[in-house]
Amino acid sequence: MDEIDRAIINRLQESFPIAHRPYRQAAEALGIDEAELIRRLERMLEQRQLSRFGPLYHAERLGGGLSLCAMRIPLDQLERVAEQVNAFPEVAHNYARDHCFNIWFVLATETPQRIDSVLREIEQTTGYPVYNMPKEEEFFVGLRFHV
Amino acid sequence: MVLSDQDRQLVTEIQGGLPLSSHPYAEIGERIGLSEQAVIERIVELQAEGVIKRMGIVVRHHELGYTANAMVVWDVPDKQLDEVGEKLGTQSCVTLCYQRPRRLPEWPYNLFSMIHGKERERVLDYISDLVKSQGLEQIPHQVLFSGRRFKQRGARYI
Repeated sequence: MDEIDRAIINRLQESFPIAHRPYRQAAEALGIDEAELIRRLERMLEQRQLSRFGPLYHAERLGGGLSLCAMRIPLDQLERVAEQVNAFPEVAHNYARDHCFNIWFVLATETPQRIDSVLREIEQTTGYPVYNMPKEEEFFVGLRFHV
Repeated sequence: MVLSDQDRQLVTEIQGGLPLSSHPYAEIGERIGLSEQAVIERIVELQAEGVIKRMGIVVRHHELGYTANAMVVWDVPDKQLDEVGEKLGTQSCVTLCYQRPRRLPEWPYNLFSMIHGKERERVLDYISDLVKSQGLEQIPHQVLFSGRRFKQRGARYI
């Protein structure tokens, strides 16, 4: 990853033009040409430094449900439960954390009502309770990664 | 804002990513029977309404070296919650800050903040600086570093 890649990542995490030739416009601001920008994005997607190039949706405004959920799983069951949780398409991401609450995942569902039923399905499948911790208030969202 | 069927079609079409080609919006339009101009206008509108938070790059932060990711959770007395939440939200090292429900008795924490860093030691320093500079010594907190990533993909809403 070179200077230009880093500039692309830093700048295009902020915004991307919604216009006739958006890559050309973004490339000009970066001092490269359109084809090079596209090539670099393709490469970084392929190498999985980028997860995606596109919209970041606001789940609730889209009419969907979103929640953070946690589970307390005995260590010798962690692998099995993580796999079972991951198998649900509604699970957007899932991390182990070093705490007795050791599995943390985000659920994204088509409707807010679906959250509860998916939670129950996960509890039935895994045999452990799920602690639902939906966002109640947002004080700050500025998730960007400077490189 | 109520999404029309056409909006939903557009949202679905681009949720996995924009085409990497010189006229991405025209290409999307062709797939769903809209002109390039109409696609552009709808996306601008969805962004103005906040349905689309932003357009562009979503990184895989682990791959970029951000491997020390701490979820710092706080047990804040209810009447101080807004004040503490606002304070944490203004700190440059804090990337997200949300109120979430306690799950008593096992889980007493009601304020969640994320601090993403490259090294654990640095992140722990940020946190102790934060506690001192913001006068949070009286508020119980815990630091949960992320361990293994079991799964990461973009959310699919539709």
